[in-house]
Parts: sequence; structure tokens; C-alpha cells
Amino acid sequence: MADKKTVRLKIQRQDSVDKPESRRWEEFNVIWLPQMNVISALMEIQKNPVTADGKKTTPVVWESVCLEEVCGACTMVINGRVRQACTALIDQIAPNGETITLAPMTKFPLVRDLQVDRARMFNDLKRVKAWISLDGSHELGAAPRQSQENQEDTYPLSRCMTCGCCLEACPQINDSSSFIGPSAISQVRLFNLHPSGKMHAAERLETLMADGGVGDCGKAQNCVEVCPKEIPLVDSIAQMSRQATKHMLFGWLLG
Amino acid sequence: MAAKQASTRSENGKVRRVIVVGGGLAGLTTVIKLCEAGVPVDLFSLVPVKRSHSVCAQGGINASVNTKGEGDSPQVHLEETVYGGDFLANQPPVKGMADAAPGIVFLLDRMGVPFNRTPEGLLDFRRFGGTLFHRTAFAGATTGQQLLYALDEQVRRYETVDVEDERGIVVPGERMVRKFEFWDFLSVVLDDSGISRGIVAQDVKTMEIRAFPGDAVCLGTGGPGMVFGRSTNSVINTGTAAGSVYRQGACYANGEFIQVHPTAIPGADKLRLISESARGEGGRVWVPRDPKEKRPGRDVPEKERDYFLEAKYPGYGNLVPRDIASRELFLKCFHEKKGVYNTKSTKNENEVYLDLTHLPKEALRKKLAGILEIYEKFVGEDPYENPMRVFPAVHYSMGGLWVDFERASNGSLVMGSPRNHATNIPGLYAAGECEYQYHGANRLGANSLLSCIWGGMVAGPALATYRNNLDKSSYDFPQALFDKAAKREQDRYTDILKMDGDENPYRLHQDLAEEMLLHCTIERHNDQLDRVVAKIDEIEQRARKVGVTDKAGFANQGAQFIRHLGNMIVLARVIAQGARNRDESRGAHYKPAFKDRNDADFLRTTLAFHKEGQGGGTSTIHYARDFDYSIAGVPIHITDAVDIGLVKPRARKYEQAGAASAAATGDIKKEDKPAAKSPAE
Repeated sequence: MADKKTVRLKIQRQDSVDKPESRRWEEFNVIWLPQMNVISALMEIQKNPVTADGKKTTPVVWESVCLEEVCGACTMVINGRVRQACTALIDQIAPNGETITLAPMTKFPLVRDLQVDRARMFNDLKRVKAWISLDGSHELGAAPRQSQENQEDTYPLSRCMTCGCCLEACPQINDSSSFIGPSAISQVRLFNLHPSGKMHAAERLETLMADGGVGDCGKAQNCVEVCPKEIPLVDSIAQMSRQATKHMLFGWLLG
Repeated sequence: MAAKQASTRSENGKVRRVIVVGGGLAGLTTVIKLCEAGVPVDLFSLVPVKRSHSVCAQGGINASVNTKGEGDSPQVHLEETVYGGDFLANQPPVKGMADAAPGIVFLLDRMGVPFNRTPEGLLDFRRFGGTLFHRTAFAGATTGQQLLYALDEQVRRYETVDVEDERGIVVPGERMVRKFEFWDFLSVVLDDSGISRGIVAQDVKTMEIRAFPGDAVCLGTGGPGMVFGRSTNSVINTGTAAGSVYRQGACYANGEFIQVHPTAIPGADKLRLISESARGEGGRVWVPRDPKEKRPGRDVPEKERDYFLEAKYPGYGNLVPRDIASRELFLKCFHEKKGVYNTKSTKNENEVYLDLTHLPKEALRKKLAGILEIYEKFVGEDPYENPMRVFPAVHYSMGGLWVDFERASNGSLVMGSPRNHATNIPGLYAAGECEYQYHGANRLGANSLLSCIWGGMVAGPALATYRNNLDKSSYDFPQALFDKAAKREQDRYTDILKMDGDENPYRLHQDLAEEMLLHCTIERHNDQLDRVVAKIDEIEQRARKVGVTDKAGFANQGAQFIRHLGNMIVLARVIAQGARNRDESRGAHYKPAFKDRNDADFLRTTLAFHKEGQGGGTSTIHYARDFDYSIAGVPIHITDAVDIGLVKPRARKYEQAGAASAAATGDIKKEDKPAAKSPAE
């Protein structure tokens, strides 16, 4: 019992965004379990919210839903790298019992502990009109045919979970910039590739040509490094940049 | 008069909205249908709707489009769904769903879902359980995610569309959809005559509790998988909303029917699904013939493998329905101890091989990458090269809130009837996994995405009709009604914050879940079920002695969990007691002591009503054979008889190819005209 394997976590805590004085680090030891990930370690803390030095505390607040890296909820900064907590397997990130540090993302307003407010990402999807302008949900027969090749181009783009990793890693996302960020730009590419989506390509491009649009990308290429779904974000930015330029130069000619 | 009732504004000039709770496929489809009917909506969700549990669905969505020219049709889809569900589903709603399915898939394609295509650019379809046809449209192996995103995008568009009044004049500052994300549903607001007039909800960041008027309410809040702790479900699937309205008097139907999916990968926090589509694309399930086999799966020669599903069910092979596949896996591992031998633990684990290694890698990448990636990330093995190791996990609830339907003369549904998807609480509707309507005793794979979307397509117009026929809008009720409802919830919440007992709520949940998982899943025995019910009594008592783990006034997940736990305990009782009472085997409900289906005694819907415990006692359940409810003042009598007017019950025989539908073997007999009827009410 005494030498049961344990996992050590160091977690950044803060009670709410307007209580910066409550920011602190707390350390926890939890019993190691087979196939354990960061989420199950946090769940163990819920069952016994006591720090490593024996102090009673509150369970850690974090966001999670699917636990299989399709919903994007549990994004946080783990050992200095932004990623989902569900796929952060303890045996991989701390094979020799190293301390694991957990912190919230820094590019979004803090809610509490490891939870942040990503509302801006959903609002940005509104700004770029990331949708098909459907005539209605009544039956209108089959959709336009699409090649297998087009599906293979669009499907990877459509797997964006709005998780925030790319924004967190992007140096251009900061307090003095209005850059919309890689994920929304990549969504424009997605909808502009769809047979009926491309009928409204110009409207989407115009948002990307405004302040905070595609021109603000600093080409650091961090986004593609951290994207858990390996979405070709740099490629998306380059292509949208070209489409925007073309639209700016010839858009009035093409109508 | 009628025009006035259907007006955009209430008597006192407020924009009349209806409320949808839950932003998965069912909720979002309901919202879209309401918006198209000109009805403004308030949409509530515990999480950003784009993160709803529908995101986890992998394999695809069924629709008998017959792209492969196999002779598939909605009629066959209906027959196979009903047969797969062991004849417990009312058939008119299933017919409506099967008939609508091709149109639904075309609609999703129009919305931009990146479905896999054929070389001609048409939608591709693959096989799934319980059928011999290629009926399942798919977007890689993340179809649920792709469908959810498409609907989410359409609803986001309605967040930017102005409300217009009945003359087409824009109402300033009002959008068709207002989203309330990170709000937890607490209860419905009931007026003196028991009619739902709105909801009470809590902002889970500020912890503010508020009552919202709504001319009708629809729950699309998903299943109760967390009652079993670790399952394939998301952590938000506590069933708390359904549990809460059940406690307010809503009937819960067929709660004992819980689907266990045969193929998932074990984990400390959840059991991750490996989609049935793995088998649909040709994956094979096997164990080594020698239980002491020590070689890795890939090195075991073909003739030393036991493909036990193919052997026992030559007709459907690896694609027998989930209830059967799970039982066979359980038999192999648990009873026969022939699970895959583990050289480290030196025992036969509860695992079998799910093998794709014989299939072309390029095709696997295009069609199944999503799930193979999950396996690789969580197990750390390459499933393209090694057979995957899997075991069954709790997956889906066929049971749920009881909802009504109105049968049309053609055997389908009367679209727009306010009875469709109505619970027995007037003004409260339900769609998606939180209701019981489409899957009987066992759901076929790839029918859940369909039933969620179809449910929303039926519920939306039903809510609109209900709202347009109201005598009085919720917005014209006195504020006191809403204040009282909010105060009741506020008081309850304040009481939770004061709880200072010794029990940790998360550990108590673990106790409940372990009990349910052990004795209330694949195999059920009455003596064990008696103990489960006794254990639930005990847990309900202990839940009164929990200590709140967090007293903070902001983003307090600990206090919220105590509330959810209370509702999980209530639903656990519905599941366990329902299982205890049903002395037969049907679909997912299997009792070795009662091996056969017993139509004479049990071809009926379980109808459960909650009874709060008296004088410190635990809660109980009243099981009804019939009840009355009313909609728009019209009284309706409901019985537990199942409407089997379209497909006559017969024994399931998946050993035999085509047994699930006559048409599948080309052996179509002239179907007898649907029996006179056996009406649902």
C-alpha cells in the first residue's frame, strides 16, 4: 500500500477572472491507474480534494465533455504545451513520475482554474458566415454531386473542434491585435470549397480582408504544430490570402 | 382569433418564444424547424452546443437510398429496425423515420456535411449491424461530429436573423435564436393546472438561477449513460434534465432497456467507442482458439483463430445487432474465460480482437481514420498492423421520457400534430435519446443520428402547432408564477451549499455506478437486481448526507454535481426496478432465468411514474398500465399496448441471412394488409 505508484500534479488555480489575487499553484498526489490520463487524475482529486501537503481544498474546475478528442472542451496548457487533457496520457507525459503542470489557456478570459471563455471563437464563426445559406430544410432532392477528391480536401478542414489550440499558440493573438486567428480562416476555406457554399465566397473573403483578417498572420506557423486534428492551417491561410488578393484585384470584374 | 393566438407578440407586447433545452442533433433540428415556422426560440445548453454529445457518434446515419442497387427501401428499413428492436417500438413513428431518412441525408448533404462519395460523386453507403444492405451514409468515422457541426452552423445563422412579426415587420433587437450556453436546466415551470409555462435554469458560471417563460418547452438533453459511470458517453450525459421532469410528473418509458455496445476500449475515465463501422467495412471479431495463446494477435495463424460471431451467426456474422454481439463477447470472456491472454497480467482479460489488418490501408484511412486515431492515441498501438483489443461498454438508452404520437391512416405519423413527441406534461416535449420512441428493446447502429434528427423534424412542427393554439401565452402569466418557481430552485440550491455531511458525492456516484455496471447491463438476475434496488435505497439515503466539496459562488461544479447525482439516483432506480419487473428476455434486456421473449405478458411499454419518499423514506415508482393526459384541453387515454400494426412480431433469427426482413432475401411474400390495428392509446 505504502509504495503504490502515484502521479504528481501541479495545478494553477484562480477563483475567478476578477480575483487575480487568488491565483496560486497547488500540488496533488493521486494514485496511478492503468490507462490514466490527465482527466482521470483530475477526477481522482474530485473524490479527495486534498493537496499534497494535506490541505483541504476545492476540486479543480475544468471543462470537459467527450473525453475522446472530438469535442474540443478540455483544452489546457499541459507541461507548457497547449493540448486536450483527455489524450494526455500519464504514462506518456510523465513516464518516470515527473510532476505534471496544468494551467489554463492564456489567450482567452479566465473563468476559473483551468476553464476559460472561448465565446470569441464562436462569434468569429458568425463574422465569417461559416455556414451554407440553406433555402430551407424541406425536401429539395439530392445536393450537388461532389468528387471524392473534394471530399478528401474538405473533410479534414471540417474536423476543427473550435478548441482554441491554434489561437493559444499564435503570437499574433494578443491584447494589441484583432487577428481573427487560424481556425476561422480555415473555416472560410472549407465553405468556399463547397459547391453551394462558394456562391457566397466573396462575403466571407471580405471579412478576411478587413482589419484583423488574413493579412495579420505573422507566418510563425505555430498553429499547424499544435492542431490536434492536424488541419493544414498554414495552407488554409496561404490559400485564403491568395483568394482575398484575387478578390481585391479582380472581384469587381468577376462580379 | 386564431391569427391572434399565432401572433409573434403576447398580449403585453413581448416576443413569444419557445424553449429548446439541449443543443445536440435533436435540439438543433427542433430549433431549425421552429425558426422555419416563424417561431423564435431560446436555446439552452449545458455546454457550447458544438460540444454536445452527438459529436461522439462515429459510424454514420441510415437511409435506404439504395445507391448500390441492392433493392433496399424504406419499407425494409422499417422492418429491420422493428425486428432489431425485438418488436417493442410503436411502429408508426418508425415508419415515419424510415420513410424520411433518404430526404434527411440529402438535406445534410445540402448543409455541407462532407459525406464520403462514390466515384460518380454520389453519397457512399456502408454496412452496419442488423441489415445486409449498404444503408449507412458516413463522413469518415466522425459522422456525428460532422452532422452536429452542420446543424450548429444553421442555428448560428438564425442567431443573426431578425424576428419578424406576422406582417413581416422586423422586431428591433430580437433575433430568431437566442443561445444560453453554460446554463443547466433545473425544472419546468408548472402553472396551477400542471401545464408547462417555461423553465428554471442556472448559469453555471455566475450560478444565477432564473425562470424563463416559454410557450412550449422541448428537451433534447440526451441519455443517462453516467448512471453507469464509465461508458462510451460524455461526462455531461447524466440524464439530469429527464430525471428532473420525471420527478415533476413526466412518465419515463422502457427505462430498463440499456444498450451495451460490443466494441469499446477500456480507460480509467471512460470507455471509448470503436464504431460498428469497423465491422461494417469488413472488420472481424475473434479470440485465439487456445486460451493460453501467448503470441501477439497478428502472429496467430488464421486456423488457430475462433471467429465466434461468424461461426454462430452465419447470416449476419460480425454484423449481428449489438445486444447479441455484446452477449456473445460476454459469454466468451466472462463465462468461458477465453478472452485474449495477457502475458503481463498472466490471465485471460475481458477482451477480444477486432481485426482490420486484412483490409487495404488506404481504404481504412479514408473511411475509418477517426476511430483508428482514437485507438492509436489511447492504446498506443497501431490498429492498421495489430488487431484491436475491445470489450463491451454501456452506450445508449433505448428508454427515456414517454412521448406520444398521432397515427396517420397510412400507418405513419400525422405531421404537425401537437401530440407528436409530447410528454404527458402539457407543453413539455422531448426529442432524441432522452425519449423512448424509436428503438424498442434494442437500437440498430446508425439509427440514433437518424432518430435524433427525425425527432427534431417532428417535434419542431408539433411545438409550433401547440404554441399557435394556446389560449394564453406564457408571457401573459403573472411574474409571480415564475418568481415562485425560481425561488423554489434557489432554496434547493442554497440547501445544497449548506450540506456538510461526510459522504463525498463523487465517491457515492462511483458506488452507484459500479453496482449498476455489474448487475444491470448484459446479464440480469433477479436476486442481484433485488440487491441493486436495495443498494439504490441505501445510496439515496447516503446522498442526503453528502458534504458539498465547494462553497464558491462562482463556477461551482461541485454543488452542481450534487444536484445531478440526485437525478442519476432516481433514474438508476427506474432502470433497475424496470429490469427486475420484466421477467423475459427481449433485445438488450436479457435474463438467463427467462431466456425467451414473452409477448403474452410483456409485449408492452413500461410506464414509470415517480413517487417522492414520504417521512424520510426513499422514493418509489408507480408502474402504470394506462394513464390519461390532455393536450390543448383534449383528454387522451394512453395504454401500454405497443402499436404493431405494420410488422407482425416473430422470433428473431440472425443465424439466417435475410431473417430481419422478407425483402432482404428476395423472398417477398405478399404482406398481409396491416392488421386492423392495435392503437397506441
